[in-house]
Amino acid sequence: MTKQQANWSPYDNNGGSCVAIAGADYCVIAADTRMSTGYSILTRDYSKICQLADKCVMASSGFQADVKALQKVLASRHLIYQHQHNKQMSCPAMGQLLSNTLYYKRFFPYYSFNVLGGLDNEGKGCVFTYDAVGSYERVGYSSQGSGSTLIMPFLDNQLKSPSPLLLPAVDAVTPLSESEAVDLVKTVFASCHRERHIHFVVVMLWSGTVDFVNDTCKELTKENSHGDKVEIVIVNADGIHREFMDLRKD
Amino acid sequence: MYRYPYVTGTSVIGIKYKDGILMAADMGGSYGSTLRYKSVERMKPIGKHSLLGASGEISDFQELLRYLDELILYDNMWDDGNSLGPKEVHSYLTRVMYNRRNKFNPLWNSLVLGGVKKGQKFLGTVVSMIGVHFEDNHVATGFGNHLARPILRDEWHENLSFEDGVKLLEKCMLVLLYRDRSAINKLQIAKITEEGVTISPPYSLKTFWGFSAFKNPTVGAEGSW
Repeated sequence: MTKQQANWSPYDNNGGSCVAIAGADYCVIAADTRMSTGYSILTRDYSKICQLADKCVMASSGFQADVKALQKVLASRHLIYQHQHNKQMSCPAMGQLLSNTLYYKRFFPYYSFNVLGGLDNEGKGCVFTYDAVGSYERVGYSSQGSGSTLIMPFLDNQLKSPSPLLLPAVDAVTPLSESEAVDLVKTVFASCHRERHIHFVVVMLWSGTVDFVNDTCKELTKENSHGDKVEIVIVNADGIHREFMDLRKD
Repeated sequence: MYRYPYVTGTSVIGIKYKDGILMAADMGGSYGSTLRYKSVERMKPIGKHSLLGASGEISDFQELLRYLDELILYDNMWDDGNSLGPKEVHSYLTRVMYNRRNKFNPLWNSLVLGGVKKGQKFLGTVVSMIGVHFEDNHVATGFGNHLARPILRDEWHENLSFEDGVKLLEKCMLVLLYRDRSAINKLQIAKITEEGVTISPPYSLKTFWGFSAFKNPTVGAEGSW
């Protein structure tokens, strides 16, 4: 009879979801602030969003230790770039660097699911979406993480993006205004925030105008000061702006 | 591949309070299901500004103390008036733990690192041997996450007095004592403030076993034992 082994895995899933939406002259990047392991919540106040460059912000969910290591590697590479080229890395350049960094560990991957958002060299919003080993694509919007299977179809419906198969290629950047995009992101998290590892449960899926949903959610979350939150970062010509939205305390 | 730990310590709890950090841990070192060692100090001061508490494999904790000893020594040798604060020590620990997991040779510990430097309180944890880490106003390892954190979420608030903080920790340690089979009734409470570290001498909590449900455990389920 073999002894019982306490086998360990070098990976864990610390949960959470990330979303990014690109607009004509802005980009909204958002992520929840919950860090969990198994069925336990470790903390309700953890940022998954990292500013890599002036106009470039990354949100990552997955295995937090790998995410942190990845952020550190990218930050140090960006610093070297600044020393060598005397300028900030553009978002598309950082996009390529992230892809290469992830593929570098192709045979012991960073368990990190990323969305990169910011402004490209022309000041237009851009979003890049990645898998854990670096395959990436520029898109108009994306979500990654535990809630992505719930969030993505909702975004597809609301943003009505043109098919990526069309020729000539049609830009998927949304015509929505910045505040409309932020409201949409808040709706997305309010609807999809309760997640379990194995089962996804949508607590409230509302229909109606975005404003109505937003107001209702605000009412419900009014009395909470210690619940999870959504961190929303907006990148535009004026720079980077951050806001938080409370989520329910459960 | 490192398969299993041998001598382990159970939960550590840490909270921020008015003057700094309070931490609690019992003194047990279990060898599987045997309670082998009953005077294991699982909290140690690090440098001038930090306090480290560990659960998990005790020998790996001792190894970490050697790493930290060397770190603090080299820092002191600069003799530049600067000293490593709790943020730096926490960062160092996260890198060491992550690096060991990358080499598939982990230090089988969960750590709580607390401290105060220049009036700034810091409380962080390295959750597991694979390097997941975060900071918060209250942290715990192992069973403490399941049993103590909910109590702390409810009852912790800013600017706890020392007495209230100790009461809160003792409340959590009592629950752990009743419900965690690796816990023993011999614990220490450590405090770290701007002035320094104090680790209390070992003492016991008062327990109560006279619950009627315990006296007659099968009354609700005839035939069980």
